[in-house]
Amino acid sequence: MRRIGVFVCHCGTNIAATVDVKTVAETLGKEPAVVFSTDYPYMCSEAGQNIIKDAIKEHKLEGVVVCSCSPRMHEATFRKTVAAAGLNPYMLEVANIREQCSWIHKDIAEATAKAIVLGRAAIAKVQLNAPLTAGESPVTKRALVIGGGIAGIQTALDIAEAGYPVDIVEKEPTIGGKMTQIDKTFPTLDCSSCILTPKMVECAQNENITIYSYSEVEEVTGFVGNFSVKIRRKARYVDEDKCTGCGACTEKCPVKNVPDAYNLGLSNRHAAYIPFAQAIPNVAVLDAEHCIKLTKGKCGLCSKVCSAGAIDYEQKETIVEQQYGAIVAATGYNPINIDGYDEFAYSQSKDVLTSLEFERILKADGPTEGHLQRLSDGKQPKTIVFVQCVGSRESGSTHGCGKEYCSKICCMYTAKHAILCREKYPDTDVYVFYIDVRTPGKNYDEFYRRAVEQYGVHYIKGMVGKVAPQADSTLDVQASDLIANEQLHVKADMVVLAAAIEADKTARPLATMLTASMDTNDFFTEAHAKLRPVESPTAGVFLSGVCQGPKDIPETVAQAGAAASKVIGLLAKDKLTGNPCVAHSNELKCNGCSSCANVCPYGAITYEEKDFSRRRDGSMIRRVTSVNEAVCQGCGACTVACPSGAMDLKGFATSQIMAEVDAICK
Amino acid sequence: MADYKELVLTTSGVNPLKCMRCGKCSGTCPSYDAMEYHPHQFVYMVEKGEIEKLMASKSIYTCLSCFACVERCPRDVEPAKLVEAVRLAVIRQQGQNHLKSEQIPDLIDDDLPQQAIVSAFRKYSK
Repeated sequence: MRRIGVFVCHCGTNIAATVDVKTVAETLGKEPAVVFSTDYPYMCSEAGQNIIKDAIKEHKLEGVVVCSCSPRMHEATFRKTVAAAGLNPYMLEVANIREQCSWIHKDIAEATAKAIVLGRAAIAKVQLNAPLTAGESPVTKRALVIGGGIAGIQTALDIAEAGYPVDIVEKEPTIGGKMTQIDKTFPTLDCSSCILTPKMVECAQNENITIYSYSEVEEVTGFVGNFSVKIRRKARYVDEDKCTGCGACTEKCPVKNVPDAYNLGLSNRHAAYIPFAQAIPNVAVLDAEHCIKLTKGKCGLCSKVCSAGAIDYEQKETIVEQQYGAIVAATGYNPINIDGYDEFAYSQSKDVLTSLEFERILKADGPTEGHLQRLSDGKQPKTIVFVQCVGSRESGSTHGCGKEYCSKICCMYTAKHAILCREKYPDTDVYVFYIDVRTPGKNYDEFYRRAVEQYGVHYIKGMVGKVAPQADSTLDVQASDLIANEQLHVKADMVVLAAAIEADKTARPLATMLTASMDTNDFFTEAHAKLRPVESPTAGVFLSGVCQGPKDIPETVAQAGAAASKVIGLLAKDKLTGNPCVAHSNELKCNGCSSCANVCPYGAITYEEKDFSRRRDGSMIRRVTSVNEAVCQGCGACTVACPSGAMDLKGFATSQIMAEVDAICK
Repeated sequence: MADYKELVLTTSGVNPLKCMRCGKCSGTCPSYDAMEYHPHQFVYMVEKGEIEKLMASKSIYTCLSCFACVERCPRDVEPAKLVEAVRLAVIRQQGQNHLKSEQIPDLIDDDLPQQAIVSAFRKYSK
C-alpha cells in the first residue's frame, strides 16, 4: 500500500463555509493508507504548496490527494508542486469538493459527508496511479487565420510582426470584411476605410503574410502544433499574378445586373468585378453564375480587353495543403434576415432599411455616393426614424429569427447615424426609439449624450409597433412613448432598423472541422469565460472578433491582438509537452475488430499486422490496434467501444474508475 | 388582492416577469386611445398585483382581442391573454353575465360582422 498524503483546501470560505474542512481532514487521515492529512485556507498559494512539498519529503509520500476546486482549475498547479518535491506529477489526484460539493449544497453535514466520500474515491484511485511521462511533439511555426475582416487582419499582422509566417483564408474575393462597408466609426467619427485600408495594404506587403482570398477551409486534421489544413481556392477565372486590377474587364463586361453584395444588393455590378476600389488583392473576379462566357460559352469580351492576358476561362479550383502550429477563427458576423418582421414593412418599402444598408447610403462609394437619399424616389428624407433592438433581446419564438442576446453595437452606431444625419443635414428630424440605451465603453455615453444635447436627436423610450407605407409615399410609424404614456404617430420619410447580428454561417461547419465547441447561438466558446477568453477549449485553436460574441471594432482589435499573443506564445516553443493520459491497447486481448477506430474522433487509431508466432504454436499473424499517442486526446471513447476490454486509458484505467466507484459505494 | 393575481396568472398562463418593458405592445395596439390602462401598463399592474383596479376599468372591454400585442411581443409575454383573464375574473362573478345566448339572434345584423358577435359573446358572457 502506498503512503498517501491528503490536503484539504478551504478556498477561503468557498469550501469552508459549507464543508467542515477540519472533519474532512481528520476523517480522511484515518484511512488505512493515509500517513498525513491536513487543511489550509488556500492550498494553491505559495505557503499552501510548500505544505504539500514539505509533507512529501518529511513523510516520504508516494501519492498525493488534494481536496479542492475542480481539476480544470488547479490540477496543473498541484502537478507542478508534487513534481517539484520529486514525485511523478501523475501521482496526484484532485477531489473536487468545491464545484461538485460546497457550491451546490447548503446543508453542512451532508456536504461534509460528501466531501469525505469524494476524498476516499481519490485516495482509492491514487493507489492505482502509475507514473506517467508526457511525450513531446514539434511545433510547426506557421499560423492560419480564418477570416480576413478587421479581426483576422489584426491577428495576422501581430503574428507576422513577431516574425512568424501566417496565412489568411478569406471566402470573399477581398479581405477587409464588414469594416469596408462602414462609413464612419464611433465614438471618434474616424473614416472607417481610412483606418482600415492601410492595414489591408500592410497585409498584402508583409513578407510573412500570405492571403488566400476567395478561398475556404476544406479540411482540418492533426492537433496543436501540428495541424494539417486543406484550403480550397475557388476559381476566379483571373490569374492573380497577371491581373493588374486596371478594371478594363469590369467596365466592358456586358452583364450589368448582378446585385452588388458590397452594397448589400442596393445597386448592381457587372459579372466581371472588383468588389471595391481598395480591394486587396486588387484582382478581378468573374462571377461564374452570371458570366455569359462561363454559362453559355459566348462573349469573351473581358479576355479581349485584358492587356495583361489575365483572364482564364479554363481556371479550375485548386486545393492547397499546408501545415500549421496554430489556427485562429475570425469568421465574424452578419445582420440577421429581418424579412419575418412584417410589422416594420421592410420588404414592402425601399425606404425601410437595415442599419448596414443605411451605412452604405452614407458612404461615399455607396449606391447614392454618400448623399442622404431615399432609394424609392431619390428625395432627401426630412424625417428619419431609427428603431432599436430589431431581433435582439427576443425570446425567439415570436418571429422565429430573433436572438436572445443584446447585439451590443446597435446603440452606438445608431447614435453615430443620428449625429451624422443632423450634422450634414441639420433640417432633418431624427427620432430614435429605444428600449434601453446601452453605452458602456470609453467615451461612449458622452457620445450618446452629445447626440441628444448637442445634435437634438429625439430619443424616445418605447418600441415601434407598426410601420405603414402611406399613399403619399411617407411611412406612418406607430410607436409607444413610455415616458409620456402615449401612443405616437410619426410621419417619416425613412425608417432604419437596427437588425440583430449573428455569427457567420460558415462558423458552425468550421467548428466541426476544428472540433471547437460553440454555444447555442453559434458563437465559439472560450476555454474560460473570464481567464482564457481568446482560446478555444480545443488546444491550438484561438478566437478573434465577433465569432466569439458580439463586439465593436475597438474590442475586436484588442481581442485580435490578444489572440495573436497567444499564438506567438505557442509558436515560440520548439516542442510541446503532450498529455500522457492517452489510450493504449493490450495486444493480447485485441481482436482487431475496428470498433475503436470507428469511434475515434481524432483519427488516432490505426491497425498493424503483428507477428505473435511462438516456437511451439507455429506462426500466427494478428491484426491489432495501434494508438498514435501524439494525436490521441484521451477522450476515452475507444475504451467504451472496445468489446474485448483491450483498450484502456492511461491515468483513467478501468481498474482506477472501478476503485473510485467502490470507494464511493462502500 | 393577492388571490386575484394568482387567479389571473393561472387562467392566463402568462408570466409578467418575462416583460422587458419595451412598450411594443402599446406601440402596436389599435385600441390604444380607447384604453384607460394600456397594454404595457396592464402587464406591469398584474405584476404589482393591482388586479382590482384593472377589473374596475373599462379597458378590459375596449381591448379588441386582436392579439397584435401577443403576435409582436419580443419576449412572448402575451398581454392580451392577461386582459382576457382579468375580464374572466369579472364576468365569472355572479350577476356579471352581460350577454346571454338567447339574445344573440336579435343581434344578428347584415352590417355587423359575425366575428364581432362571437367576440362580444366571449367578452361579455361566462
